Amino acid sequence: MYSRAYKTVIAAPPLLWVCLFLLLPYALMLAHSFWIVRDGFLVHNWNLQNYRALFTNPLYVQVFLRTARIAASVTLCSMLLGYPLAYYLSFHAGPRKEVLYQLVIVPLWVSYLVRGYAWKTILGSDGVLNGLLQYLHITREPVSFFLYSPFAVVLMLTHIYTPFVFLPIYAALEHIPRPLIEASQDLGADRRATFLRVILPLSIPGLLSGATFAFVLSVGDFLAPLLVGGPSATMLANIVQSLFGAAYDWPLGAAISVSIVLITISVLFLTERLEKRWSFR
Amino acid sequence: MVLPVTSANPQRRSPLLAAYAVLVFAFIYLPIVVLIVYSFNRDGVGGFPPRHFTLAWYRQLFADSAIWDSIVNSLIVAAASVALSLTLGLLAALALDRASFPGKALFRRLVLLPLILPGIITGLSLLMFAVFAGMQLSLFSVFLGHGTALISVATTELFAGLQKLDRAQEEASLDLGATPWQTFWRITLPNLKLSLIAAGLLIFTLSMDEIAVTFFLIGRDNTLPLEIWGRLRRGITPEINAISSLIVAVSVLLIVVWYRLRARSVSSAPQELLENL
Repeated sequence: MYSRAYKTVIAAPPLLWVCLFLLLPYALMLAHSFWIVRDGFLVHNWNLQNYRALFTNPLYVQVFLRTARIAASVTLCSMLLGYPLAYYLSFHAGPRKEVLYQLVIVPLWVSYLVRGYAWKTILGSDGVLNGLLQYLHITREPVSFFLYSPFAVVLMLTHIYTPFVFLPIYAALEHIPRPLIEASQDLGADRRATFLRVILPLSIPGLLSGATFAFVLSVGDFLAPLLVGGPSATMLANIVQSLFGAAYDWPLGAAISVSIVLITISVLFLTERLEKRWSFR
Repeated sequence: MVLPVTSANPQRRSPLLAAYAVLVFAFIYLPIVVLIVYSFNRDGVGGFPPRHFTLAWYRQLFADSAIWDSIVNSLIVAAASVALSLTLGLLAALALDRASFPGKALFRRLVLLPLILPGIITGLSLLMFAVFAGMQLSLFSVFLGHGTALISVATTELFAGLQKLDRAQEEASLDLGATPWQTFWRITLPNLKLSLIAAGLLIFTLSMDEIAVTFFLIGRDNTLPLEIWGRLRRGITPEINAISSLIVAVSVLLIVVWYRLRARSVSSAPQELLENL
């Protein structure tokens, strides 16, 4: 139905643009990861030295493990908050369902920076939380360990990604045919059994895709550690950022970036496979 | 949403679950509420309870020319990014919908990468590209970053819109002798109008808020998020609460508009964007 010329006209511009401004930059990143810096200059000398450094330098290994720990905590916390909320909305909210749904969506699009900043003002040593604790005479001195800790990073990222995790879970719960639940109850299953054997298995794909989002988005985050994390919560992307800045070692930074990409893509690939296995039909 | 809620509530009433849901809502909203409340607090951010109501921080904000310059910069970048990513995203969506070309599956994945990969990856890759191409960092490089990264959003949204279009109108137009060009302007584009506006609003909001990619591409002129970021290093003041509260107000407004438009155009929720990844 469409002529060859028409197809070329629509396909060529985005294809060229994306190759030039997306594929080429990503390829440059990959290429850099195999080069080195010598005496402050970039040398186009192909080698695997940077990747070797990743596995042998204990600092990187430590930060890598911390990043995984923080991202896993964020994922777990977001699921623990998001799943019951989605379950409540889908099965118990009744006529208020639509309004409550919108209420979860709205913060999703409220600025990342603004929400991070809000936590900074709450957790700081002269922040709102400390003010409240002293007002209630629970503490006398300001508590300084709320802010600038891995805990603060997990808290802030959980706050940001809970709505992300909620969405696919809610969609999955909404798609469960209600007669299935009736059938389960008619056949004598109690509420626990109905949940564990009907609802939960059917919502696994949604849970998986929500968890993937939270994990993948947290793994590459460098703003939360800068904003509320401090040195004790340095993550992989912070190392990348400093290697591209003051530390000036682009190739090593690129190698870490490539590793972040590989982690991201393998997690996505893995959960996609799992989702297919669990999806119902 | 597909099936109405019937009597099949797995649990009739569950006060515990309801209480938990209230707590989660509180967790989601409390920080934003605190932020707004303290923007009116005379004695600064922190301390409890907030005592003296004042508009002084807003007055200070409105007199702060650096903030307003950065807002203008952000508006320029966002508007230009909307234009670029909508144009290329529309073409990409059309191509994915109706053309077959070598590497189509790969192209589809590539376009979406900036949405999936952390912002720092896309930002740094473009930084390397800028250095490679001998380009000065400026608002233009920021625009290039936003415009290119957000093609992903435009393509996803417009592809969803195209899938729901009635193809018969275009076929009729072509059968009746209109050229593909005429058909595009008179049939396809008007039919996609709502999707285009909705996608544009979303891209605009995302660009106004973008920080991870911008971080590495910024030159001398700051965008609003980077101006705020820079100030945070010097310490926090309620003036930042004031500008943050305004940002919240504007985003909520845009989201309401976006949501209504999108409900009319493709009757779906943001989850579709997530599902399409």
